[in-house]
Amino acid sequence: MLSLLELDGVSKSHRGRRVLDDVTLSVAGGTFLAVVGPSGSGKTTLLKTINRLAAPEEGRVRLDGGDVAALPLSELRRRIGYVFQGIGLFPHMDVAENIWIVPRLAGAPETEREGRVAELLDLMALPRSFASRTPRALSGGQAQRVGFARALAARPSLMLMDEPFGALDPVTRDALGRAYRALHDELGLTTLMVTHDITEAMLLADRIIVLIEGRVRADAGPAALIAGHADEAVRELVAVPRRQAERLAALAQSG
Amino acid sequence: MNAALREAVADLPGLVAAHVLLSGCAVLIGILAGLPLALWAAGSGRVRAPLLGFVGLIQTIPALALLALFYPMLLVLGRATGLGIPALGFLPALIALSLYALLPIVRNGIAALHGLDPNVIEAADGVGMTRWQRLRLVELPLGAPVILAGIRTATVWTIGAATLATTVGQPSLGNLIFSGLQTENWLRVLVGCAAAAALALVADGLLALIETGVARRSAWRLRLGAGLLAGFLLAALWPSLGASPADRTIVVGAKNFSEQYILASAIETRLAAAGYRTERRDDLGSAVAYRALAAGDIDVYVDYSGTLWTNVLARRDNPRAPVMQRELAAALARRDGVRVLGALGFENAYALAMRRARAAELGIKSIDDLARSAPRLSLASDIEFLSRPEWRSVAAAYRLRFAEQRSYNPTFMYRAIADGSADVMSAFSSDGRIAALDLVTLADPRGALPSYDAIILLSPRAAKDGKMAAALTPLIGAIPIDRMRQANLMVDRDADKRTPAEAARWLVAGIERR
Repeated sequence: MLSLLELDGVSKSHRGRRVLDDVTLSVAGGTFLAVVGPSGSGKTTLLKTINRLAAPEEGRVRLDGGDVAALPLSELRRRIGYVFQGIGLFPHMDVAENIWIVPRLAGAPETEREGRVAELLDLMALPRSFASRTPRALSGGQAQRVGFARALAARPSLMLMDEPFGALDPVTRDALGRAYRALHDELGLTTLMVTHDITEAMLLADRIIVLIEGRVRADAGPAALIAGHADEAVRELVAVPRRQAERLAALAQSG
Repeated sequence: MNAALREAVADLPGLVAAHVLLSGCAVLIGILAGLPLALWAAGSGRVRAPLLGFVGLIQTIPALALLALFYPMLLVLGRATGLGIPALGFLPALIALSLYALLPIVRNGIAALHGLDPNVIEAADGVGMTRWQRLRLVELPLGAPVILAGIRTATVWTIGAATLATTVGQPSLGNLIFSGLQTENWLRVLVGCAAAAALALVADGLLALIETGVARRSAWRLRLGAGLLAGFLLAALWPSLGASPADRTIVVGAKNFSEQYILASAIETRLAAAGYRTERRDDLGSAVAYRALAAGDIDVYVDYSGTLWTNVLARRDNPRAPVMQRELAAALARRDGVRVLGALGFENAYALAMRRARAAELGIKSIDDLARSAPRLSLASDIEFLSRPEWRSVAAAYRLRFAEQRSYNPTFMYRAIADGSADVMSAFSSDGRIAALDLVTLADPRGALPSYDAIILLSPRAAKDGKMAAALTPLIGAIPIDRMRQANLMVDRDADKRTPAEAARWLVAGIERR
């Protein structure tokens, strides 16, 4: 299958410590890939080398066969949707202006704005009346839905998501996760999601990469991963949600 | 309305225009220089600390000293480059005030840009904004209220500090304050202060309106504030916009005491009668005044032979008056192209004076007598006197040493001698208050104090203007000491006080009647 995204021997250090150590990776179009690992394992940095919010010291990142380092920065980032834990809606713009920012930067005609914004609000299951609200008037979940709408506005082929549900309460988190997964399939997106929540990764992704100390220590589908892995540290990491699920199941049965 | 108030109010429009123009330009330059600096420092930790240190350091220099420093700096720069850089007036005042405006603008600018939510900045980068787009679309709009607050602070400070521009020969509302202080015309001081305070309040209020307009994204507040600000600037600058720059204006200089204001007014009266347009540069320091004349920043002023002899020519000998005047005229013409038009007819020499009763009690008639009692007495002097060569000369000739020496501005120096808080003072022989306060001047048997004939000096450019010299020649030899003392007293006394312009009219009318 043709790969949309390729990382080839990507390495990066921070203050003398290797954050990414020779990461090589190929992601086929349409994949929902989750990157998991303990804190400080280099997950976020890996994601940022793709849209060049971080520059690798060695190695290459290719998108659609072209080296990302060769593209003008702003053009590259407009081709990639970016969603992160901090949400980062622009507080001085209303919801419509936030959603329309990427097409606006790309020079899309203003006449298309209203229709596209309405479409994206529908897509994210937000009322259309939200278009004129300020970000301050939104709940956390609503704000991140607008964050998703903003990332999707310019019809990117690749979505990069860094702990996108990290700041949300468990119920909202679950609902938005499932809603996004449905969108991913419906729109034929390719998604890279960084999360430290193994359960979330297992439930949403097609493929999971375990990153420990900057190295890829496991690369498998959720079912294969939960069934067991040769690497001790990976097994440890996966064992936690599994034990929790078993205890919850036991509780449910005894009740 | 009394004459002093009428004159102060009549001076107001021109001074307000000059004040607003100066403060406005200074704040504008502060913004144009300060915002890029703040932007640079906000992005670089290595720049931030030194920059904040530097602008903070400027702020620790007293505004008056900062203004004074630019005069010699520009003078040297003008000589070194051979360019006609004006060392006096608008330029030094503008530079000093612009530097002064930097601190609040830079500090708030850095706080505004550096303190933005990092998530918003990450989002701006993430959606693909260029550096410039991020600044224009995100950082400036979000930082605007804090940046504007800095500009507002800078504006209020600058309007206040601009009153000090008077001391480097730039007209401002300080003219009313300084000349009012020198002539004890408190109404004039009050008008100056009130006008400066009103300007600051209006500017502050309008900028506050714009600031809340930006902070609340309220378009009508923004438009109203900007519209009112533009209207206010236009109204304030109206008097200077109306002036035609075609015919040359003669700049008349004056140092910072009543006699100088009166004589400058008398010169203006004569020049106006001859059809010249005139402009004043008041409250110039003694050393500044001559250099300003030689450099052509002012065209005419009155100075005193002894001052020029010792300060400008750095001569230590003490010839008789006619010899000194002759040599002075030759030396100044040769060296600087300055023309000595002639002596007005009176002398304003430095003298040491005491209350008559106190002098009699101590048996003091001459400086020789004073030298014996001096270690038990206190001296009140004007601000310049103790650093002048005349003082060094008289102190050395008579071995003078006082128990205490204090400097005052001339007005308060007379207060100190009158109320007994000083025993001896440095007086000016033409001062009307010597007779009015019943003071005696002490004889100088060793001839340590040079003569101080008041003389009219013309700048190199004015020296070539025969019509101008002709208009001023009637003043030469026409002002005897008692007339000058009387004119000075009219201005300096507490009761039935006159303004310098009124005293000048009285003086000139007396000359023209003869």
